[in-house]
Amino acid sequence: MFFNETHEMIRKLARDFAQKELTNEILDTVEETGIFPNEIQEKMAKAGFFGIKIPKALGGAGGDHRAYVAVMEEVARVSGVASLYVSSPNSLCGGPILLSGNDQQIEKYLKPIVTGTKKLAFALTEPGAGSDAGGMTTTAVDMGDYYCLNGRKTFITMAPLCDYAVVYAKTDMNRGTKGISAFIVDLKAAGVSLGKAEHKMGLIGCATSDIILEDVKVPKEDLLGELNRGFINAMKTLDVGRLGVAAQSIGVAQGALDEAIKYAKERKQFGRRIADFQAIGFMIADMATKLEAAKLLVYQAAEKMDNKQNATKEASMAKFFASEICNEICGKAVQIHGGYGFIKEYKVERMYRDCRVFTIYEGTSQVQQMVISGLLLKK
Amino acid sequence: MRIVVCAKQVPDTNEVRIDPIKGTLIRDGVPSILNPDDANALEEALKIKDENPGSEVIVITMGPPQAVEMLRECMAMGADEGILLSDRAFGGADTCATSTTIAAGIKKIKNVDLIIAGRQAIDGDTAQVGPQVAQRLKLPVVTYVQDVKIEDRKAIVKRQMEDGYEVIEVQLPCLLTCVKELNEPRYMTVGGIIDAYQKEISQWNHQDLKLDPRACGLNASPTQVLRSFTPPPKGKGEMITGTNVNEIAEKLVGKFKERHII
Repeated sequence: MFFNETHEMIRKLARDFAQKELTNEILDTVEETGIFPNEIQEKMAKAGFFGIKIPKALGGAGGDHRAYVAVMEEVARVSGVASLYVSSPNSLCGGPILLSGNDQQIEKYLKPIVTGTKKLAFALTEPGAGSDAGGMTTTAVDMGDYYCLNGRKTFITMAPLCDYAVVYAKTDMNRGTKGISAFIVDLKAAGVSLGKAEHKMGLIGCATSDIILEDVKVPKEDLLGELNRGFINAMKTLDVGRLGVAAQSIGVAQGALDEAIKYAKERKQFGRRIADFQAIGFMIADMATKLEAAKLLVYQAAEKMDNKQNATKEASMAKFFASEICNEICGKAVQIHGGYGFIKEYKVERMYRDCRVFTIYEGTSQVQQMVISGLLLKK
Repeated sequence: MRIVVCAKQVPDTNEVRIDPIKGTLIRDGVPSILNPDDANALEEALKIKDENPGSEVIVITMGPPQAVEMLRECMAMGADEGILLSDRAFGGADTCATSTTIAAGIKKIKNVDLIIAGRQAIDGDTAQVGPQVAQRLKLPVVTYVQDVKIEDRKAIVKRQMEDGYEVIEVQLPCLLTCVKELNEPRYMTVGGIIDAYQKEISQWNHQDLKLDPRACGLNASPTQVLRSFTPPPKGKGEMITGTNVNEIAEKLVGKFKERHII
């Protein structure tokens, strides 16, 4: 319905890749060391996963949002953290430059992201400005030849691994969200420092830290897009970002459902398979039905984006519903595994931790509800 | 260089079962895949192309119309072109008739420098079509190739043996059949998939190949499959253990004598 032959072949590629490359052994090592192997990232780049919907002319694969969803889903089905490495260049990191970058910026920053030679972080959130991005206090002052940036960004995914970051900062303190601009900041520039990598509940293998900016000189040519138009750039980026998290959610949920079904058929209690108990059977039916509904929401949002229709509401609905049911499904998958679900040797333990952040990052479920209701109840 | 890769779409035998009563393959719901050895053949062709810019890789297959899917996969890996030999007249072919058709297809392509095929297909496991195609095209053939080096108009290849390998120098054009140890097939790429669906795939029938329908397919197949069956399992082997080689050897010889083998 939503997918054509091309999408199906892309899905097949992603599925083969995830099954062959993301072995249990590798994923266990990632959990233990907190490091995601470079070789796999290089292979992902080679397969075109880092520029799925970036046009061919800009070095990408020239695919669409549905192709992006298919890849995210299949990778996340095996590993949540691996899917972060796919989403990042396609969405939060490549997105702002693709939306607002000029030719030089695309050449210098976007192309290396697609080939996997450089990494870029998306730095919007601050300790005191999460959902309320407009409340940010990072400033950028025009010094004539350059901008001077000061402030602190927090929970920045991949910051410790990145070369650059798109930093959103106030260029006009009196205009709220209309006084925010976007800058590409070299993380090796003087005055930039990183906080320590956070100890996270899940998605181990993708370091997250603060970025601290102290009198950082950013050259004028690294202003991204127009002055004071940064907030729109951030919001548009997040629209696609939400689709990515929604796709991640249905991927992880599918992985958890697969494991739950497998276990329910294998495990015997009271002389029969636990799958033969109605209590378990109904849980599986419930999980599968909700997952199917979530998939339709995600695919619909992607298709709308491919048809160049406004999909803000659909993307929010997809992210809201898919991330919530993913948590529910992973919770039930652990429940079906009983005590074994609480043990690290079983995959559902990791999935349960990995998905917890899906209802939080890139707009909490409550923010999605604000977006959806705001659109429906507009005066 | 113009390189032709012979490929076959096969049922994924990991998922095929045999109907115990009829003795035929149950193909329903079994996914079709690019024959694994053929993926190695394609990878080698693509590697040669990477090293020799301007080279061209053409994948040829005989099969039903749905084999186009497999050709697209080959193109998404990097092949320039896919050719499907498809005709009702080609149906029911054994290896002899198949090689006639494929050889005719390769003749039509013209100016081919190298032909690479997989060692054998996982559905029939005959390993005959590659050498037969070479025979029909009057080209030299080297089978079981595990390493290939191309040097001005000749190929230096390692031919896999049970207990080692032969190094063989062969003039181009020639046909090589390869084993999986030759290389690790690359993945398709997202961009490659998108391009592959925008390209035309040539479909040639018996007229395009100037073949008499009596010379292909079932009509020209001297062999027929009478029956397929699952061989009964051999039963578990007996493991002989011991603290050292001499002890194990002694026990083994004892067993042989017990059964009057020696």
